[in-house]
Amino acid sequence: MSLVQTLGHWLVSFTRYLGDLALLAGETIHGITHGHVRVRLLVQQIYEVGYRSQLVVLITGAFTGAVFATQTFFQFHRLQMDTAVGPVVSVSMFRELGPVLCGLMVAGRVGAAMSAELGTMKVTEQIDALRGLGVHPVDYLVVPRFLAMLISMPLLTMECITVGIFAAYLVATQVLGVSEVYYLDNMLYFTGSRDVAMGLIKGMFFGILIVFVSCHQGLNAREGAVGVGRATTEAVVIGSLFILVVNFFLTMTLNIFFPAGK
Amino acid sequence: MSQHFHRKETIAVDNLVQTIGGQEILRGFSLKVYEGETLVLLGRSGGGKSVFLRHLIGLMKPVSGTILYEGKDIAALKEREFAPVRRSMGMLFQNGALFDSMNVGDNVAFPLREHGVTDEALVRGKVEEALDMVDLAGQQHKMPVNLSGGMRKRVALARALVSQPRCMLYDEPTAGLDPIVADSIDVLIRRLQRKLGVTSIVVTHDMKSAFSIADHVALLHQGQCYFYGTCDQLRESTDPVIVDFVEGRSHETP
Repeated sequence: MSLVQTLGHWLVSFTRYLGDLALLAGETIHGITHGHVRVRLLVQQIYEVGYRSQLVVLITGAFTGAVFATQTFFQFHRLQMDTAVGPVVSVSMFRELGPVLCGLMVAGRVGAAMSAELGTMKVTEQIDALRGLGVHPVDYLVVPRFLAMLISMPLLTMECITVGIFAAYLVATQVLGVSEVYYLDNMLYFTGSRDVAMGLIKGMFFGILIVFVSCHQGLNAREGAVGVGRATTEAVVIGSLFILVVNFFLTMTLNIFFPAGK
Repeated sequence: MSQHFHRKETIAVDNLVQTIGGQEILRGFSLKVYEGETLVLLGRSGGGKSVFLRHLIGLMKPVSGTILYEGKDIAALKEREFAPVRRSMGMLFQNGALFDSMNVGDNVAFPLREHGVTDEALVRGKVEEALDMVDLAGQQHKMPVNLSGGMRKRVALARALVSQPRCMLYDEPTAGLDPIVADSIDVLIRRLQRKLGVTSIVVTHDMKSAFSIADHVALLHQGQCYFYGTCDQLRESTDPVIVDFVEGRSHETP
């Protein structure tokens, strides 16, 4: 096969994959607008997706903030710009690190669980049983997960960011000796609601990506245990790569509406 | 048994074609199932019996052909349009396909709750009744993982029956069960037909089971309906394909 053929083949499959995701999203929206939302399942999913992801997200946020403050301090200290650590950490956490790292952690924890659960249901005919009982699998399985993610992900992102900024503040002021007042004042001066909005929107967007990628992998799992394993791996890999790639384009787009800096 | 039911067609399948992985599994398969009867579909393993059953409940779409269910063509229905048809049918999957995250009671209650029954007392009553019918009364709190194969099938049967379907599809109900449990499943299928007048299609290659429950028997061979008739006609047939199947001869030498 020539290189052009390979590229063409790859492009066709990628476009088809995006089409599948769009169809799944369409079915989900249809399920929300035309059916009833199963509140019990939604609460259960918020517990699984949101509540139980907190520890992972908090640790990620805290240590990212701490190490970022340390590295920034080492560079800025040479320029005697110690108090610039605050705004740099805070703005970066809000606009990039918080949503991306939180997204990656959730893709690993929740995305894997979703695709494994749905994949197992698929290969053990439980999805067919759902359909056979007149219940649309998207309405029953994807809608509660989608809504739970929509609610949980912005909150998780904010938790991650807040803990990160607080850890950075502690490290900078208590360990590295930066002035507390100037640190806080500079940080508040350079951080605005535009940064918070960007973090929230990105977090929500990544959550939506994770749900559709993972549920799509799960619902299309094949060939028994191997298939479920493959679906789970691919859900995490594709989900994480999507987050990293989409983040760049989101940054470029959102920067038009929420420009960085004063 | 056959002379007692009305000759009104519940299911009429005409010229059904299905290919999987480039292989033609059904090659113009046609079959009629009459209201209130039990039709047993026989055939070799991997011959397309289960594939055929999955078409009836919309889990697969045919390449071509028509499926009339109560006079309405269901072959071309979209996924969401199929829901009302499915709610009038019940299907027993080969391995039961119980929801493993729910206990027995919730599994059986699932169709009722999903179809809008909110009165929990009513749900509990119906679940109890359905479990009683499959001789599993009082087992509501067990998880599917702790059940034996036979019990799982019976719970699945209770789940399929609880919403009182007009038509039941059984995918190898006795496969993998010991002869006594298998016989109890056969008795159940007969009891349901007699008590509730449910139209049933049973896919199997268990000849003993077939002879004990069938009003009509069809043999699926090479993707087509090779034989259709009563149990007696099947027994008396001299066709080598039928005789080999009924007597379980492979013609291989050790």
